[in-house]
Amino acid sequence: MYTNQTVIFKNKPVIIGSYSIVGPKEGKGNFGPYFNYVMKDDTFGEKSYEKAEMKMEKTAIVGAIEDAKIKASDVNLLLAGDLLNQIISSSYAARDFDFAFLGLFGACSTMAESMAVAASIIDGREFDTIVCSTGSHFSTAERQFRFPLELGNQRPPTSQWTVTGAGACVISSQGKGPRITMATFGKVIDYGVNDVNDMGAAMAPAAMDTMLAHFRDTKTTPDDYDLIVTGDLGKLGSEILIDLMEDQGIKLGLNYNDCGQMYYTRNQNTLSGGSGCGCSATVLNSYIIKKLRTGEYKRVLFMPTGALMSTTATQQGETIPGVCHAIVLECDDSVKDVKTSTTSNRNVQNKPKKTERQSISKSNEDKLKSKV
Amino acid sequence: MYYLWVFLIGGFVCMLGQVLIIYTNITSARILVTFVIIGVVLEAFGIFDPISEFARAGINVPIIGFGASLAKGAISAVRSKGLIGAFTGGLEATAGGIAAAILFAFIFSLIFKSKTKN
Amino acid sequence: MDKYMDAKKRNEAYNKYVKAKIPKTKAWPSLFNSFLVGGIICCIGQGINDLILLWFPNMAEQTAWAYTLIVLIFIASFLTGIGVYDKIGKFAGGGSIVPITGFSNSITSPALEFKHEGIIYGICVKMFTVAGPVIVSGVVASFIVGVIYLFI
Repeated sequence: MYTNQTVIFKNKPVIIGSYSIVGPKEGKGNFGPYFNYVMKDDTFGEKSYEKAEMKMEKTAIVGAIEDAKIKASDVNLLLAGDLLNQIISSSYAARDFDFAFLGLFGACSTMAESMAVAASIIDGREFDTIVCSTGSHFSTAERQFRFPLELGNQRPPTSQWTVTGAGACVISSQGKGPRITMATFGKVIDYGVNDVNDMGAAMAPAAMDTMLAHFRDTKTTPDDYDLIVTGDLGKLGSEILIDLMEDQGIKLGLNYNDCGQMYYTRNQNTLSGGSGCGCSATVLNSYIIKKLRTGEYKRVLFMPTGALMSTTATQQGETIPGVCHAIVLECDDSVKDVKTSTTSNRNVQNKPKKTERQSISKSNEDKLKSKV
Repeated sequence: MYYLWVFLIGGFVCMLGQVLIIYTNITSARILVTFVIIGVVLEAFGIFDPISEFARAGINVPIIGFGASLAKGAISAVRSKGLIGAFTGGLEATAGGIAAAILFAFIFSLIFKSKTKN
Repeated sequence: MDKYMDAKKRNEAYNKYVKAKIPKTKAWPSLFNSFLVGGIICCIGQGINDLILLWFPNMAEQTAWAYTLIVLIFIASFLTGIGVYDKIGKFAGGGSIVPITGFSNSITSPALEFKHEGIIYGICVKMFTVAGPVIVSGVVASFIVGVIYLFI
C-alpha cells in the first residue's frame, strides 16, 4: 500500500566539515556561541542585501572546505539552493568555484534535501566529496515575499523572522565525523492553508507526513532519537505538529524541538520564531554537528520543512504547499561510548541534555513546564 | 479647544484602520484603498463637509480627506465644465499631494538607503 | 472524486483547527496605540494648518490644506528615509497607516527598497507598488462620482 520513501545508506557517508555564518541579530540569539562567524553588519560590506547573501554562502562553502581539511580541487560537486528567485545566491556563489554545481530548490528544507541527495550519490560510490550549502537573508526575503523594509506596518503574531545566515557542510565517503545513515524524501503536502503569515501551519502537515513515512519505513520510534528537530515550523507550527502526530498515535516527547522556535531569545521580537533556509542550515552546521562530534547526541533526526510558495501563486489564490525531507545523523563510532553506552541508560544520558537545553531555550523550557 | 475634537476624531478614524488590521488581517495597501473610497463616498453623499466643519484635521489628515478632495474636485469640475470635469477634476484637486509624495520619495530615495530591521 | 472531497473536508477541518490554535493577542493595547498616534498626527496637521493661516491670513482655506498635507507628506517621507517611520508603524499600526503620512510612507519605502535596481527600473518603476492602488481606486471612484453628478 505504501511505497518506500526512505534510503538506508550502506556506506554511511561522513560529514567531514561544516561552517555557519550568521547576521548580528542571530549572533545574539540562543545559538550565538556555536556559530563559526557572526557578521557585524548584515550588508557584509556589500552594496545590496542580495550581494551580501551571495557572499555569505560563498564564505560558508569556503569555511566548510577548510574545516574538512581538504583542497577545493578534491570536491566533486556542489549542491546548493536558497529562497531567492532562480536561486541566485547559490548559483552566483558557485561561479567562483571550480567544481560542478547542481542547484536545488526545496525552500527552507534545502539543507536536508541537498544532504540527502549528496549522501545518496556518495553511497553509490560515484562521487567522493560533495559540498552542500544554503542560506537566507532577512532583508532579501522581506522584499521578495513581503513588504519594503521601511514600510510602517505591523507583523501578525503568527509571522516568523527570516534568519540571516548561511551554512555549508562537506560530505565524503570516508573520514571522521557524524554519519548520514538514512534519508527520507518527502511528498508535497497541501492542507489548504493560504495565510502567508502563517507558514508553520502550512508546513506542519508535510512534516507529519514525512515523519510518519520515516518511522514506518525504518521501523523506528521517536524514542530511538536523542533529538528530533524540524526546521522552521516556529512556535505555532511545532505545536500543531505535536497535535497532528498525537492524532496519528505517535507522541513526540521532550526530544522533539524546532530550530525556528529555539533560534531567537524571547525579547528579540520575532513572534513565532525564525524561518528561512538559513534557520535549519546554521543550527545544523553549528550546534547539532558539534554535539554529534563530541558524542553528546548519538542519533539525530533532522527534518526541515519548506513552504513551496511564490507571491505570484498566492496572489492568484493558490494555497501554500509544504515539503519536508528528513535525514538521520549518527555520531562516529569512535565517540559513541564517550559517556554511558547505548539505549539502556537513556535517562542518565538525558540529564545533561536537559540542563543544556535550559540554557539553549528559556521559552522552550517554559513550554515544557506548562506541559507537565 | 477644537484640538480635542481633532484628536478624538482623528484617533477614532485611525483606530478603525487598526480594527480592520486585527480582525481581517488586510495589508496596508488595502487599508489605504478602503479609506480613500470611504472618503469619496462620504463626499459624494455630502456628508464629508459637515464632519470636516468641526473635525478639521481629524478627518482631513486621514486618507479619507484625500478621497474626499478627489470627489470634491470631480464634482465641482463637472458642474463648471461638463463631462471633461469628471476626467480632470479629481486629479487636479489632489495634484499637490500626489506630486509632493512622488517628489519627496524620489529625492529621499536618492539620498537614503533602506535599513534592515532588528 | 471521493478522494478530492475527502481532501476538501480535511482541509476545512485543518484550517478551522489552525484558526483556533492561533494565540489570541489582546486587541485593546494596539487599538489604543493606533488611536493615540493617529490622534497626534491629526493634531500636528491641525497645528501646521493653523500656523500657515497665521502667517498667511489671506490664503484660501483649500490652499492652506494643500500646503498642510504637503508638509505632512514631506515629514513622513523624511522619517521613512532615516528609518524612523517603520518603527512608529510597528508601534501604531493603523495609527500611522491611515493618515496621509502613511500614503507618503508607502510611496517612499518601495522607492528606497529598490534603489539598487537603478533610478528608472528601481526607484521610478517600483515607487507605486504599494500606493499605486490608492491612486487608481481614488481616480476611478471620483470619475464615477463625477459622471453621476453630471446627470443629477
